[in-house]
Amino acid sequence: MNGPLLLTLIWVIPFVIALITLPLHNDDHLRIKQVSLWGNLVNLIFVISLTFKFIGDTAAAPLAVTDSLSRFQYTYKVVWFQILNIEYNIGVDAISVLMMLLTGIVIFCGVLASWNVKNQAKEFFVLLNVLVAGVYGVFVSIDLFTFFLFYEIAVLPMYLLIGLWGTGKKEYAAMKLTLMLVAGSAFILAGILALYFESGLNTFDLDQLSRVRFSDSFQYWVFPIIFFGFGVLGAIFPFHTWSPDGHASAPTAVSMLHAGVLMKLGGYGCLRVAMYLLPEGAQMWMTFFLVLVTINVFYGALGALRQTDLKYITAYSSVSHCGLVLFGFTAMTFTGLKGGVLQMISHGLMTALFFCLIGMIYGRTHTRTVSEMGGLMKVMPFLSVAFVVVGFAGLGLPSLSGFIAEANVFVGSFANPATINRVCTVLAVLSIVVTAVYVLRTVNGLVGGPVSDRFKELSDASLMEKVPVTILLFCLFGMGIMPGWIIDLVNSAVHPIYNNLMR
Amino acid sequence: MADFIFTHSYLILLFPLLSFALITFFMLHWQNRTVGKLAIVLSGLSLFYGLLTVVTYLISGLGTPDRSVLCFDLAWLNFSPELTANMGIYLDPISVMMVFVITVISLLVNIYSVGYMKGDSGFNRFFALLALFSFSMLGLVVSSNILQMFVFWELVGVSSYALIGFWYEKPSAVAASKKAFIVTRFADAFFLIGILTVSFVTGSFDFATLNNPETAAALNKTLIFGGLSVNLLTLTSLLIFAGGWGKSAMFPLHIWLPDAMEGPTPVSSIIHSATMVVAGVYLTARMFPLFSASATAMGVIQFIGAFTALFAAVIAITQYDIKRILAFSTLSQLGYMLFSLGVAKVAADGHHGADINPLGYSASMYHVFTHAFFKCMLFLGAGSVIHAVHSNNIMDMGGLKKLMPRTYWSLLVACLAIGGLFPLSGFWSKDAILLAALQSGHKTTFLVGLVTGGLTAFYMFRLFFLTFHGEPRSELHDVHEDPWMTLPIVILTVPTVTAGLLEHFFIHYVTVPGFNEPSHFGHPGWLPWAATGAAVSGIGLAWLLYGQGKTDAASSLKKVAGPLHTLVYNKFYIDEVYLFVTHKIIFGGIAAPIKWFDRQIVDGSMNLTGWLLQKGGKGVRLLQNGQLHFYLGVTVIGLIVILFLGK
Repeated sequence: MNGPLLLTLIWVIPFVIALITLPLHNDDHLRIKQVSLWGNLVNLIFVISLTFKFIGDTAAAPLAVTDSLSRFQYTYKVVWFQILNIEYNIGVDAISVLMMLLTGIVIFCGVLASWNVKNQAKEFFVLLNVLVAGVYGVFVSIDLFTFFLFYEIAVLPMYLLIGLWGTGKKEYAAMKLTLMLVAGSAFILAGILALYFESGLNTFDLDQLSRVRFSDSFQYWVFPIIFFGFGVLGAIFPFHTWSPDGHASAPTAVSMLHAGVLMKLGGYGCLRVAMYLLPEGAQMWMTFFLVLVTINVFYGALGALRQTDLKYITAYSSVSHCGLVLFGFTAMTFTGLKGGVLQMISHGLMTALFFCLIGMIYGRTHTRTVSEMGGLMKVMPFLSVAFVVVGFAGLGLPSLSGFIAEANVFVGSFANPATINRVCTVLAVLSIVVTAVYVLRTVNGLVGGPVSDRFKELSDASLMEKVPVTILLFCLFGMGIMPGWIIDLVNSAVHPIYNNLMR
Repeated sequence: MADFIFTHSYLILLFPLLSFALITFFMLHWQNRTVGKLAIVLSGLSLFYGLLTVVTYLISGLGTPDRSVLCFDLAWLNFSPELTANMGIYLDPISVMMVFVITVISLLVNIYSVGYMKGDSGFNRFFALLALFSFSMLGLVVSSNILQMFVFWELVGVSSYALIGFWYEKPSAVAASKKAFIVTRFADAFFLIGILTVSFVTGSFDFATLNNPETAAALNKTLIFGGLSVNLLTLTSLLIFAGGWGKSAMFPLHIWLPDAMEGPTPVSSIIHSATMVVAGVYLTARMFPLFSASATAMGVIQFIGAFTALFAAVIAITQYDIKRILAFSTLSQLGYMLFSLGVAKVAADGHHGADINPLGYSASMYHVFTHAFFKCMLFLGAGSVIHAVHSNNIMDMGGLKKLMPRTYWSLLVACLAIGGLFPLSGFWSKDAILLAALQSGHKTTFLVGLVTGGLTAFYMFRLFFLTFHGEPRSELHDVHEDPWMTLPIVILTVPTVTAGLLEHFFIHYVTVPGFNEPSHFGHPGWLPWAATGAAVSGIGLAWLLYGQGKTDAASSLKKVAGPLHTLVYNKFYIDEVYLFVTHKIIFGGIAAPIKWFDRQIVDGSMNLTGWLLQKGGKGVRLLQNGQLHFYLGVTVIGLIVILFLGK
C-alpha cells in the first residue's frame, strides 16, 4: 500500500471505530466491544505491515551512519491552516514506527483486557479509541502544531476515562493528572511557538526547523521549557506525582495505555523535539537533567519499596523505569540514546502487562493490597506465572526485554566520560538491587505462601484473558532473546539524532 | 570430523532447553512417568554430546597453542558500531571440565529425582526447572565473553530462585528464594559495573581481549576520588569479582546459601553444591590473567576464601540440620577453591623469583572437580536419609546403617573423600591446594587450610556417626532404599574414588593460560602426612564424641562452651545484622522517609500550587461550571473559528 495513505489510515481507523460505536445501542455491550476489537485488530495488522514495509524500504536504502538529519519516510503534506502555515505533514522514521507497533499491540491487548467493562461501555470505548487515534497521530506527525494537537487529543480523554470509570479517589486523581499534564502542554506550546517565531521560516515543519541553527542564548531558554513540558508526561522528578494517583485510580485498559504508551509520548517528545531541534541547548542543560532523572530512577524504586497497593507499586516502578528512558537520553551518547528508545518499548510492553495482570487479579480477589494476598500460584497458576515473568522483566532479567534496554542505557551512560555521568551510572545500576527487592517482595507476597480461604475458589484466567497476556509475554521474550532487528531499526533512526546532537 | 563436532556443540545446551520447553508448554499435565523419562533421555543426550565434545577437545583442542577452541561466536547484542556482545561457545580446559561435571551430574540428579519427587504434585514443573538450570549453567561455563556470562549468570540465578521456592506454599521456602536472589543480585550490580568499566576501557566483552596483558596495563592507573586514591585495575577486578563473591556465597554474602536448603534436596545437590555455587570460583579462574595483575585483588580473594573456609567449618560443627551442615561444608570448600586461586599469586616476600604459581590455579580447578562429585553424593545420600526418616535433624536419626546399607557405604566413601583421606579424590585436590599455599609463601593461609581440613573431617564424621551409628532415635516406618535414588549415589562413588588419578592431568593441562609448563617449586615430603594427620585426628575426635551414636557429647559441648556455642550455633548473628540493616535502616530509615517526602513535600507543593491557582481563579469561575457539554461546545466552536480563519 501507498505509504502516506497507510500512515493516515492508521490514525483515522480508531476515529472511525469511535464513530461506528456512537450510534450503537448502549446496552449492546458485545457489539460495542467487538467493533473495538476487530477494528483494532485490523489496525494492528496495518501497523505490522507498515513495520515490515519500513524494514524492507530501510534495508533497500540504508541511511549513512554519518547523516545528521532524520530522514522521514512516506511523507505527505498539505496545508490546513493558511495564516500560520500549519500543515498536515506526516512521515515516520524507525522510532515512530516502533512506537506505533507498541501502540497497536498495547491497545489490542487493552481492548481484550477491558472485556469486563459494564458501566457505560459505549462511552468508554469511544473515548479509548479517540485517545488511541491521538497517540497514533503524534507518532506520524512531523508538523509540530499538528503534533501538539494530536498530543492534546491523546491527553484529554484521560480525564474522563479516569474520572468516570476509575476507582478510589478517582475525581481527585483525574483532576490532578489532567492539570499537571495540561500545565506541561502549556510549556510545550510556548516552546513550539518560540521555535516557530524565532526561526522566521513561517513553518512548523520539524524537518525544516531541524536545519536551522538557533542561537545559543535562545536554546538556553527554550530547551528546558520544552524538555520539562514533555518531561511531565514522562514523569520527570518532581513532576511525577500525578502518576501514582492517576494510575492507581484508572481502569485497567487506561492504565495499560497510559503507562504503556502515553508516558512514552513524553520521552518521544523530549528526544524528537527538544533534543533534536535544540542540540546545543541539550548540551548546556544535560548535567542538570541527568541529576534529576537519576533521582527519578533511584527515588522511584525506593518509593515502590514502601507501597502496599499493587497499582502504587507499579506506578512508582514506572517512575523509576521511565526515568531510565530519560537517563539514557541524558547520557548524550549513541548507545545511551538508543537505550532510551529501547527502554520506551520495553517498558511499554512490560507495564502494559503489569497493569493488565493487576486488573485481572483485582477482578478476582477484590483487593490490591499485597499483604492480603498470597498463595495465588495454587489457584491461578497462569496469571501467577505471568506475574512472576513480568516482575523479572521489570528487574532486568536477561532473556526478557528489560535487560536489553537497561544494558544499552547503562553501557551508553557509562560511555560518557564525565565524572558526574559515571557517578550517576553507578547509582542507576545500584537501583536494580532496590528494584529486585520490591519486585520480589511483591511477587513472592502475591504468589507464594499458603492460600487463604477467601481465595480458594477463585478461577484462573479465561481464554479471553489469556490472549493479551500471551501476546505481551511473547513480545517481552521476543525482544529479550532476539533483539537484533529492533536494534538495527533503532540504530538507523538514532544515528542522525546523535550526529546532530554532537554537531 | 572434529570441526563438525565443535560446530554443533550447541547441542549440549539445546537438549536441556528443549526439555524445558517441551515440558513447560506441552507436557505440564502429562503423566509423571513419561515426563521423567523424557527428562532423563534428553539429559542423557546432552551428556552424550557433552562427552563427545570433551573427547574431541582432548584429542584435537588440547594441542593448540592456547589450548582453546572457539566453536562459534555470533553477534547478539549490538551496542554501538564499536561494541557488540556475542553469544558463543568457547572451549578451554576449565570450560570442558565444567561441561563434563555439569552433564554427568545433571543426568544423575535427573535419575535420582524420579525417585525423590515421586508423588509430588509439582513433579513435571520440577523437571522443567531442572532442565532450565542445566541449560543456563552450561551456557555460563562455555561463554565466550563476559556479557554472555552475565546473561547466563542471571539465568542460573533465576532457576535457583524458582527451585529454592519450589514448594511455594511453604513461607520459609518463599522467603529463602527471595533472600537468595536479592543477595546475589546485590553482588551482581557490582559485577555489572565492573563489566561496564572493562568494556569501556577495552571496547570489547571478549575474555580473550579482557585477559590480554594490555588490558591490565591500560587499567593500571590511579584514580583520585575525593581524596581517596584507588587503583583502577584493583577496583575493576574487585567489582567483577563481587559477582563471584555473591554467587559463591563468600562471607559476608554467605547468608543465602544455608537458607537455600529449603529447596528439594536434588536441587541442593546440583545447584547449591556441585555446580552453580562454584560459578564464582569459575569466574575468578576465567578472569585470572586480569585479576592476577593486581596483588591487592588477589590478596582479597585469598583472604576472603581462607576466612570463609574456616568460618563456615566452625559453624558446621554446631549445626543439627543435616542439609545445613552440608551447606556450611560447601561454603567451607568453596573457600578452599577460592583461596587456592588467591595463592596462585606468589607472596611478595616469596623467594622464588616467580610471580605466578600455576599450581594454585590447577589445584583450585581440581578441587572444583573432585568436590562436585563427592558433595553431590553427600547431598543425594542426605536426601535418601531424609526421605526415609522424614526429618532433617541428625538428632532424630541414628542406626540407619543396617536399614540403608548401600547409602551407608557410599556415604562413608564420600565422607572419607571430603575429609581428605588417601587415596580418595579429596586427598589429592586438598593436598595440591595446601602445597600451592605453602609454595607461594602464604603461611597463614596454609595453616588455616590445614586446620580447616581437620575441622572438616570432624564435622563430617559427627554427621556420619550421628546419622548411621548407634540405635534409631525416632520411630521409623518402612525405611527402604529406592533404586532410582540409590543408583546415582553408587555411580558417584566411582569418580569419588578414582579422581585422584587425574592429578597429573590437572597439574599439567588445566593451568593458567600462558603457563603450559608446571612450575618447579619444591614439594615438602611432610605435607601429605600433616594433612592426613589433621584429617585422622578430626575423625578420631568425632569417633570419641559421637561414635556408636553417642549424643551426650552434644549437650556437654553446649555446657562447656556456653555463650561461645550459642554464638556459633546462631551463625555469629550475621542474619540478624542483615535484618537490622534492611528493615531498620533501608526500609525504615530511607524508604519510609522518602515515601513521606514524596507524598507530603513534593506532592504537597503541587497541591499547594493547585490550591493557590484555585483561589486566584475565582474571578473566572463563571466559565467553570463543571458541565462537560459546555466545555465540549466551547472546544468545537473554537476549532471551527480556527478553521474558518485559516482558509
